[in-house]
Amino acid sequence: MIPVSNTALEALLVAVVVLPLLGAVAALLPAPPGLRGRGPAQAVLRHGVLVTGLVFAAAVVLALGFDRGHAERMQAQTAVPWASVGVEFHLGVDGVSLPLLVLTALLTFLCAVYSYCTMPKEAKKPKGAAEAAGVTGQDDGAAEDARRGSRGPSPRAFTGLLLLLESGMLAAFASLDLLLFFVAFEMVLVPMYFFIAFWGRPEGPERRAAAWKFVLYTQLGSMLMLVGFLAIGTGCGYDMLELAGRHSRFAACQTPIGHGVQLVFVLAAGIGLAVKTPMWPLHSWLPDAHTAAPTVGSVLLAGVLLKMGTYGFVRVLLPIAPGAMHTFAPYLAAFAVVGIVYGSLACLALARKGAGGDLKRLIAYSSVGHMGFVLLGISTMTRTGVNGALFANVAHGLVTGLLFFLVGAVKERTGTTDLDALAGRTGGALYARAPRLGGLLAFGAVASLGLPGLAGFWGEMLALLGAYHPADGLGRTGYLVFMAIGALGTLLTAAYLLVVVRRVCMGDPSAEDRAAALDGADGAGEAAGSAASGATRTDVLVPSGARTPPAVRTLPDVRGHEYAATTPLVALTVLAGLWPALLLGLTSPAVQHLLPGVNR
Amino acid sequence: MTPLVQSAAEAAPHAATYATHAVQAAATPVQDIEMRPMAPPLIAALTGLVVLVADLFLPRRRKGVLAVVSAVGLVAAIVPLAGLSVDQDETFCLHASPLHTQQCSYEADGFSVTVQFLVFAAALVTVLLSASTVRQQRLPAGEYWFLLLSATAGAALVPASRDLVSLVIALEVASLPAFALVGLRRGSRQSAEAALKFFLTSVTATAVTLLGVSFLYAATGTLDLYGISTHLHHVDPRLHSLTTAALVLTFAGFAVKAAVVPFHFWVPDSYVGAPIPVAAFLSVVSKTAGLSGLVLLLVHAFANEAAVWGPIVGVLAVATMSVGNAAAVRQRADRPHSAVRLLAWSSVGQAGYLLVPLAAAAPYVAGEREEALTTIGATVSYLLMYAVVNLGAFAVVAHVGRITRENRLADYRGLYRAHPLAAAALAFFLLCLAGLPPGFIGLFAKIAILHTAVANGMTWLAVFMALNVVVALYYYLRWAALLFQPAPRPGPAGEGTHGGGASAKPVGGVLTGGGLPAPALDGGVRVSRSLRACIALTATAAVLLSIFPDPVLTYAAVGFL
Repeated sequence: MIPVSNTALEALLVAVVVLPLLGAVAALLPAPPGLRGRGPAQAVLRHGVLVTGLVFAAAVVLALGFDRGHAERMQAQTAVPWASVGVEFHLGVDGVSLPLLVLTALLTFLCAVYSYCTMPKEAKKPKGAAEAAGVTGQDDGAAEDARRGSRGPSPRAFTGLLLLLESGMLAAFASLDLLLFFVAFEMVLVPMYFFIAFWGRPEGPERRAAAWKFVLYTQLGSMLMLVGFLAIGTGCGYDMLELAGRHSRFAACQTPIGHGVQLVFVLAAGIGLAVKTPMWPLHSWLPDAHTAAPTVGSVLLAGVLLKMGTYGFVRVLLPIAPGAMHTFAPYLAAFAVVGIVYGSLACLALARKGAGGDLKRLIAYSSVGHMGFVLLGISTMTRTGVNGALFANVAHGLVTGLLFFLVGAVKERTGTTDLDALAGRTGGALYARAPRLGGLLAFGAVASLGLPGLAGFWGEMLALLGAYHPADGLGRTGYLVFMAIGALGTLLTAAYLLVVVRRVCMGDPSAEDRAAALDGADGAGEAAGSAASGATRTDVLVPSGARTPPAVRTLPDVRGHEYAATTPLVALTVLAGLWPALLLGLTSPAVQHLLPGVNR
Repeated sequence: MTPLVQSAAEAAPHAATYATHAVQAAATPVQDIEMRPMAPPLIAALTGLVVLVADLFLPRRRKGVLAVVSAVGLVAAIVPLAGLSVDQDETFCLHASPLHTQQCSYEADGFSVTVQFLVFAAALVTVLLSASTVRQQRLPAGEYWFLLLSATAGAALVPASRDLVSLVIALEVASLPAFALVGLRRGSRQSAEAALKFFLTSVTATAVTLLGVSFLYAATGTLDLYGISTHLHHVDPRLHSLTTAALVLTFAGFAVKAAVVPFHFWVPDSYVGAPIPVAAFLSVVSKTAGLSGLVLLLVHAFANEAAVWGPIVGVLAVATMSVGNAAAVRQRADRPHSAVRLLAWSSVGQAGYLLVPLAAAAPYVAGEREEALTTIGATVSYLLMYAVVNLGAFAVVAHVGRITRENRLADYRGLYRAHPLAAAALAFFLLCLAGLPPGFIGLFAKIAILHTAVANGMTWLAVFMALNVVVALYYYLRWAALLFQPAPRPGPAGEGTHGGGASAKPVGGVLTGGGLPAPALDGGVRVSRSLRACIALTATAAVLLSIFPDPVLTYAAVGFL
């Protein structure tokens, strides 16, 4: 901790939330002279990098200035009334929200950098040239991108939406007002919808359908959540701290909340949060959204947006309505373990040879499983379990963010994320064709399966440990069964991730062309076929006629901007795995504070 | 008349407080007329007359002045409202009444002043919206502005009326010019048909209302709203069915104006047939007039019948929002006039939300007036938000209507490229209507309304509204997304025949292929100056209100002071 005055901390937190919003507005304005860069597209993307970088820097300083000795205390609080329907601009951080805040700022910054380097900056050319390239309709991807850029959504819109999204995500984690939390929850919908519907791949109705599924599903959940919030806050205000401290401390509304109201609140708000998490069986929007989303959208969707759901469970439901949570906890745990097993089995099915599984869809299903561990941890209502849940939350953000960046890189090179098309008959042989990329992908997979020493391990272990001895009054036998099933889930997770590594990273590099090999693969559907033809078009793979010589067909290895995007995530994954106290030291006192009277 | 005598006995101790008034009234049996509270609607009406007369003396090319005069008149009507908002004032009072100590037909209280402000401000924006349409479609300028101002004056009278005759007359003054406005497009069959439909529905509604009013008079012997409320309390039990019938009949009349299901059938056709600014006017000002009439009727006159109408209004609210949203979702993007039609159905859906606080206020209207008025305040807050963003949306639609006569939703594809600012503004308005950030004000207004439902134990109503908000999100966001989609590239000529490409004669002198909006949008039609001002005004208001929402939300939070 470095000494930073309280006022400065408050200002930093407000800046972290408001700066992206201002940046989003500024992104829509023409660049001021001196910052024009090589063209409007480049300027606005650079603007995005600058703003997200500033926000990340502010978040880091905030984390350094955070008083780790009192992580349970809400720090850097600001409270300004906003709308007189009860919305207060009340911000603050404690040990629960700080890691997520920093994670969000980091991932958004990495996404901004990534898009700065990958987005077509067609405007570098004179406008007429871009137009001409679009009209003549050259078939290569760059011209297509240029056309898309010039005719449809622009980098300007992209940057604006990215910053809007960041503001909403950060506000959700920093908010101490129920309605502000809800507003932030809603704020991420529009940008993410546009990301999927406009920048997603492949083009066509599926992409739009996926975007609709995401936005309508989530909105349905959020509106139910709002009804729940209104039910509990009516007449007493929506301040989370006050609501949580109703029974003991300063009480705005003297009467304690009745159990019936608590049940309605937890049920309505819980469904809303569970949709976002996503909890089985409310997860069905997720695979489609992930498959269709662009790399940046997937990274933020999996890395941050899902966390808003689980964070809501810990921040809102546990402290405000512990009684009702206690009633629902076993059901939550049951759904969570079903999610773990279901997610793993779905992934195994996708990873099979000839299943036509999509790598992005596979990671999406794996998220369902991982979020199951988080929910299981929360449902134990013990310190161990909740700490594990929070740890798994952050770890999943790091690891899945990394995986989506890497899959994006693979897709850029091979033109497909279809496992069968990637693997061919003997395997993708990424180790030989692009060793560093293959290594990183294997690292991500191993981290995701929860190898001890990496970030994925601690969260799942603590969650299972919590389930071994849940809070008093929660049937222990049931939780032991849940724990056993969850442990089985870790094995299944390991199984499919290793299958993926074997099929994508290993294999005979000099084997015949993957597109040709694909013909032999059983049941490779049309999607795989078309994806494979897309792959041949990219000129990376040699057409099937060229059998000689059987040399290793390499792919371009990890590029600079990919290092930039992945290195911090890799480093943090290792750090969190080797030094879990870094995170647990923050969350533990805060969790202790959230769960008074629990001593496990 | 037994009820009268009973009530007189009840009211006797009450009357003592106003003894001095009664003495004065005995001295002057004539109603006193005070100009101060009457000034705002009077100014609007007089400006209308001035415009009508001035029209006769103005040469054709100077007719633009009339729009300026109308705008100035409306601003002048808003100014005295500032003074009225400070203290309550009433006029057309009858002191000598033996029953109710003081019966005033016109009252300027917090509610009426707020709604009047809304009406005048919305009319002012409509003037901006209309200026280019009047010029372009060669509508008769003098008549147009006169009718608009008269309807505005009538709509402004509604919230201040305190007896049924004034209320019905005010509503008619608001409606009759509107029929003419809808049918003002010369030589347009569609316009004439829309006007006729609107007229027939509306006149039937008025007749029904009058029947209800006569029933009420028969049962209670008075037309004063507060008087009716006290009398209904003691009405002869044998007359109960009569009063219930009266409640339903009077309600129906006002519900037509507010476009409440099942009295909404006139809405889509009239909106499509009318000139676009008139549709905007109908969707905001007429709806406000109808709703404020409903509020007065239910909260004042039928305060003691709340147990009857509370659940009915709740069910109607759900029906209205569901029907409106379901129809709006079904709008096909390539149907002619689908943009206006969508806004029409969306305005039906929004009317459903507006009814929710009314249903939620039902338990309070008899006893806790303050509480009831604060609950109703959510409706007024929502109306204010809705007026700003809906007028803004209509302004952009009016602009696109100048380019493509068809005005299909598909024509909005690629609007962002042709007119970035107008498209961004429209997207923002639509998000406000959907209640999705960054349209914060729309979200807050929705929270205010949901809050009233949840706080008063009508959770089922809140859940239905929540579901409807999700449905509505679909069509608002779909439209907003269309704006940013790449415009379809000019295809082969054969494509142009689709959708009456030949009949789509360029309105603004720009050639448009019916199926090919992209070149039309790119075709250099600039947003006209008045429309630009209109969009800028509403967009600025919407953005400012999103950052500082309290000016609008204060009514939901603390009611009318």
